[in-house]
Amino acid sequence: MLSRVAESVFWMNRYIERAENYSRFIDVNHQLSLDLNEEVPNQWLPLVHTTGDIELFEKRYSSPSPVNVIRFMTFDEENPNSIFQCLSRARENARTIRENISTSMWEVLNEFYLFVKDYRKVYMESSALHGDTLSMGLSDFLSTVRKSCQSFYGCSDATISHDEVWNFSLLGRFLERADKTTRILDMKYFILLPSVQDVGSTLDLLQWLSLLKSASAHEMYNQKYKRVDPTDIAEFLILNETFPRSIFFCIQEMQEALEKISGIKEGLPRNLAQDATTVYLNRLRSENIKSIFDKGLHEYLDDIQIELNHIGSKIVERFFTN
Amino acid sequence: MFIADYSAKNIYDEMFSSEGFPRKSYDFVKTKMESLGGIELVKRSTSAERALMSLGITFTLYGDGGEQERIMPFDVIPRIVPSEEWVSMEKGLKQRIQALNLFLRDIYGEGKILKDKIIPRDLIESSSGYLKQCIGLKPPKDIWIHITGTDLVRDGAGAFHVLEDNLRCPSGVSYVLENREVMKRTFPELFEKLNIRQVYDYPYHLRSMLENLTDVVDPVIAVWTPGVFNSAYYEHSFLAQKMGVYLVEGSDLIVENHKVYMKTTKGLRKVDVIYRRIDDTFMDQSSFRPDSLLGVKGIFEAFKRGNVALANAPGTGVADDKVIYSYVPKIIKYYLGEEPIIPNVPTYLCSEESDLKFVLENIHNLVVKAANGAGGYGMIIGPKATKQEQEDFKELIKADPRNYIAQPVLNLSTVPTLIADKIESRHVDLRPFILYGKDIYVMPGGLTRVALRKGSLVVNSSQGGGSKDTWVLG
Repeated sequence: MLSRVAESVFWMNRYIERAENYSRFIDVNHQLSLDLNEEVPNQWLPLVHTTGDIELFEKRYSSPSPVNVIRFMTFDEENPNSIFQCLSRARENARTIRENISTSMWEVLNEFYLFVKDYRKVYMESSALHGDTLSMGLSDFLSTVRKSCQSFYGCSDATISHDEVWNFSLLGRFLERADKTTRILDMKYFILLPSVQDVGSTLDLLQWLSLLKSASAHEMYNQKYKRVDPTDIAEFLILNETFPRSIFFCIQEMQEALEKISGIKEGLPRNLAQDATTVYLNRLRSENIKSIFDKGLHEYLDDIQIELNHIGSKIVERFFTN
Repeated sequence: MFIADYSAKNIYDEMFSSEGFPRKSYDFVKTKMESLGGIELVKRSTSAERALMSLGITFTLYGDGGEQERIMPFDVIPRIVPSEEWVSMEKGLKQRIQALNLFLRDIYGEGKILKDKIIPRDLIESSSGYLKQCIGLKPPKDIWIHITGTDLVRDGAGAFHVLEDNLRCPSGVSYVLENREVMKRTFPELFEKLNIRQVYDYPYHLRSMLENLTDVVDPVIAVWTPGVFNSAYYEHSFLAQKMGVYLVEGSDLIVENHKVYMKTTKGLRKVDVIYRRIDDTFMDQSSFRPDSLLGVKGIFEAFKRGNVALANAPGTGVADDKVIYSYVPKIIKYYLGEEPIIPNVPTYLCSEESDLKFVLENIHNLVVKAANGAGGYGMIIGPKATKQEQEDFKELIKADPRNYIAQPVLNLSTVPTLIADKIESRHVDLRPFILYGKDIYVMPGGLTRVALRKGSLVVNSSQGGGSKDTWVLG
């Protein structure tokens, strides 16, 4: 497979995964804000912190109002990570590699893009006309975004050979997903900062719950644990071996995909990207949640992100540049 | 009925004879369209357009309102070529391609046709498509032109003429295939009743033609595109996908030891056959334009040494130079000893003194084209131009007579076309695609381009033209 194509496949999947995560972040936060009786100050700012785009946000908007944050994360053309921009880029990547994917994959993605683009137009026009409207159809829109991402994944699974293109798709998807899971967990850190006195309160509980929902994890979590507890939640999202959004699971999938890509059996020289994932997976195996909390969750999550960046750059080095 | 108001006077209409009766080949389609009625037709047309949008068969327009993505305008009323007309057209196209191929072999080889003074040598040597680098070249299997898209038009009496030969990178075949798919969805009842000749196997013919160019078993084949910003990018990726071969850009390729490799996730991999959709002189900085940003250094030398096959071979542009075009009937006679089956459009060469005088005096009645222009650029349609435009163009001609030819304004044939919710007549041409491999294959039908502006004769998509599905019956 061409290196250029591998890179585009990788990014196409990262962008779609990103769009899916953003839609869930926004929706959960939106639902949470509807549940809270009183106005919680800075309810929306942590979301921007989570995405790592706080600088750009502050440059473009005067206040972290719900309307501003939502617009920034959904339709803002200047935000390279907004849902609209993610979709535009995913589609542009797909366009350059169309000959490598199935027509039905392309159709799903293209229709998805057209939907977001049209919705954005309507949204922009109506907010220009009526002043900014926050919740008009927002949940439906976000839900369609998630469903479309899912049908893209389903469609790829069922219509292309599970060979290199597929494995590079998985690499992109799981690297992005692992990154977003660390950021979801970290969201609590930003929320907690201004209100340490609330620990254990209803608000605290609601926030942890919404965090689980942000990772689509609360049902699976409930099956395994009996109560909402920060340590258990962190353990579930970092170390669980079977939940598809946990860090452990994501790294494991990447390791498998890398193995299939290089086709190198054990005992033979391996490539750097493979080495990096294996080393990291072994480290995760040796860890437990207590040691993680002892170290400090926020610091630990920072650490994971550095590790993920390292793996990412090894993938680029090994496969995309030659 | 809404087709009843349709008028096609003083012109050859594909659906109606001059007495206003539908031609035999259109009988069923006309009846069906009428029974569907205007509202249903518009509804189906809208759903066909939506399907094209979903499939992303679009091009991007840049204008005041920012970027706009549009589908290539597509008309749902088909153009039908009766089978008896098709039989002779197919023969004529094969004859033409064969002769042109022999011509290319000759002028880059012995040059017999020049020695015999059938064509003046200086016309060849002054053609911008003539590449000195190709002198003495022997392409695989002695074939130069593998893929051709010949433009045909009807004159007022209904006779087909060749308007031009596109022997370099003719586009449009992807629209033929996609239009057909959309038409099948739109009018299943027509396809059930009529015996319409299939076109879906074109990519297989193309692939086996490309495989024929090498002796390598299980060869690596690639379509070479200038990149995603090229207006025909969609077609490049479409063809690669349908053939199941690689789509590469210049930066994906590298030449080592006079062999061509592509950069893959597993290292370098040798490429055996390349269907290139990039102009000759942009292909290789070391043999042609050193400033090309798209090229691959050394690929021409690799080709000359027989380490990679290129389709079409470099140098074919000389044969679709519009001046050389006027000699094609002589070329056919010279190499095949036959009369041309499909005639040329009468052509005046501005390089000939008497023709030049005539052209300058009669520019208001003529179409004048640059010898190497394409896409509707570098031309003037005399009767539609202002006095000033005519004068300006005369200066261009006088400055470089070799570069211009002139033809009478042809009253291109028309086909009923859905415009908003009415049926109106619009001018069309026809571009069949021809593959030269073990045998010569002519795709039944081809791309019918339609000039959507009322009265316009310009069918190029870059000038607001659209397309129609083309049916060969029986």
